[in-house]
Amino acid sequence: MAEHIIELVDLTKKYGDFTAVDRLNLNIRKGEVFGLLGPNGAGKSTTILMMLGLTDPSSGMVRVCGIDSTTKPLEVKRKVGYLPEDVGFYDDRTGLENLLYTASLNGFSRNEAVVKATALLERIGLSDAINKKAGKYSRGMRQRLGLADVLIKNPEIIILDEPTLGIDPKGVREFLDLIVELSKEKGLTVLFSSHHLHQVQQVCDRVGLFISGKLIAEGDIQTLSQKLFSSSPYIIEVGFSDDKQSVNSIETLLKRVEGIVSIQPKNGHFEVSCVRDATSDIARTAVNAGLDLKHLYRKEYGLDEIYSRYFEGGVDHE
Amino acid sequence: MNNVIQIENNVTAKVKNFFRRTAGFFAPNDDKPVHPFKAIVYKEIADHVRSWRFIILVALIALTCFGTSFTALTGISKAVKTISNDEAFFFLKLFTVSDGNLPAFFVFIGFLGPLLGLGMGFDAINSEHNRGTLSRVLSQPIHRDYLINAKFVAALVVICLMLFVLGFLVMGIGLLAVGIPPSAEEFMRIVFFLLLSFVYVAFWLNLSIFFSVKFRQPATSALSGIAVWLFFTIFYPMIVNVVSRVLEPNMMSSQLYVTSYTWLIKGMGFIMPNQLFSEATTTLLVPTVRSITPLTMEQIMGTIPGPLPLGQSLLIVWPQVTGLFAATILCFVLSYVSFMRREIRSR
Repeated sequence: MAEHIIELVDLTKKYGDFTAVDRLNLNIRKGEVFGLLGPNGAGKSTTILMMLGLTDPSSGMVRVCGIDSTTKPLEVKRKVGYLPEDVGFYDDRTGLENLLYTASLNGFSRNEAVVKATALLERIGLSDAINKKAGKYSRGMRQRLGLADVLIKNPEIIILDEPTLGIDPKGVREFLDLIVELSKEKGLTVLFSSHHLHQVQQVCDRVGLFISGKLIAEGDIQTLSQKLFSSSPYIIEVGFSDDKQSVNSIETLLKRVEGIVSIQPKNGHFEVSCVRDATSDIARTAVNAGLDLKHLYRKEYGLDEIYSRYFEGGVDHE
Repeated sequence: MNNVIQIENNVTAKVKNFFRRTAGFFAPNDDKPVHPFKAIVYKEIADHVRSWRFIILVALIALTCFGTSFTALTGISKAVKTISNDEAFFFLKLFTVSDGNLPAFFVFIGFLGPLLGLGMGFDAINSEHNRGTLSRVLSQPIHRDYLINAKFVAALVVICLMLFVLGFLVMGIGLLAVGIPPSAEEFMRIVFFLLLSFVYVAFWLNLSIFFSVKFRQPATSALSGIAVWLFFTIFYPMIVNVVSRVLEPNMMSSQLYVTSYTWLIKGMGFIMPNQLFSEATTTLLVPTVRSITPLTMEQIMGTIPGPLPLGQSLLIVWPQVTGLFAATILCFVLSYVSFMRREIRSR
């Protein structure tokens, strides 16, 4: 039981004819930092809402800390801190007052809450702005206040929906470091949704890849790329200096090389996906055919590739 | 002797305890957790009281309060001369008499009450949504209806306090200026009038909360509230007027036609909340009003003209009060259901 703190079984959410989340199965272990990666509208937020019981699933089951979110949302919400996308605060109240309000909704007495909130604000580096109106906070400060707001109820799990949206790169790094530190400190399970792969790569132990309501793959970065690229694990970029040759003739030429799956022209060069490392074969074929080879590069697999292959081209995701 | 002291101690302890508890409601103990529902109500009340909107509304209504009591006091000397001694209810005149420059107090409440209700509710839910606080608050361990109920309760508490404070202020001013204390019945009539105004304002509050759930833009919801209000105060009476002119009975009409005609016109007025309110308040504040609906000759025959006792006046306005209550509850149910069904997403 201890290992799976969030379980989703065949979770489906339909809005009329549109299926936002399609038979999703996912398990998240206690204490890990899990990244939900996917483009906008992939169903990440809907999944999160269903985990919190803020939306009822059309079918399937959600269990958080062993509690069914659909039937007992209150108990789940007691254990889960949720930082919504683009979180808002009461602008005419100070940061401290905003936290105190959340604390009172969670059943803390005022004195307890003041102690906790002050400590938290200090921890996240907002102690200077403690009595400043939340409306005067900068974007990065608001996001950090949001993190404090999530942590004030002593959650077991924190769910962050696109938490780094609209923060500058330095702020993002600090914010992510803060999340990792805090999760280690308090032994939290973190669910982190983003369409920013680098950030996910930076902090997450495991990643789930979402596209149009389906979980394409899950696992750490290595297993993810292995899974995703099992059909064509290698991508080679080839560029030629002369443009006399038509795109078609180059494609037919390269097609002859053994193990090549697909060739896609891309800003002046070609992206060749193949099942084996065909770099040298491609070079030989090109040179033999009398083409001036200008650029030949075997790509490393990172989330970048996963991203570009799955989100931008190739796979149909409506 | 000891017993007496003990009882005294008990009583003082009880009294102290009572006061501590009452005080506890308004200034909660910092060491004990408050119920989340109460926490939301406190916050909402604080928000109302601090907001400029509320201050402006209060200032507006306080001004009319003092204005109308002033005109009533100047007009009352004339009124007194015409009133015969046996016609008591002198104090109620404070709320109903005007010298022609300003309408009477109860007319003003009928006019400004909707504004107060609409003003306090039109952005109840959608502003939370637009600020992005709605999803944050609802992800806390509270039931979803806490939020909408607390908003409703907080606004009602504020409105209730305000109406009673202003009503009693007018009474106080009258007392100081005229020097005649109100009779118990007059006092009760005024209290019922204030309660009725409270229900009336609550109706408009609920209507505006409903619009605030339905429309994402506060401006849209405020406008639709005002549109409903204007429709009922200006356009609906015109429609009733046109209908009544078209169907007007002539010399040849049967008795049945005439009665059903009057009832139809009357019935058309019954769905107007402002009509219900003004009929009910008139009956309450002017005890000589004997009936709101048309009476037949048999009913009038043998009656002795004179003021009605409070209980009878209340009986007369009962349908109006029920109607107002029903409309209020209907609006609340509508907003409750649409809020509970709504999917809460961030901004």
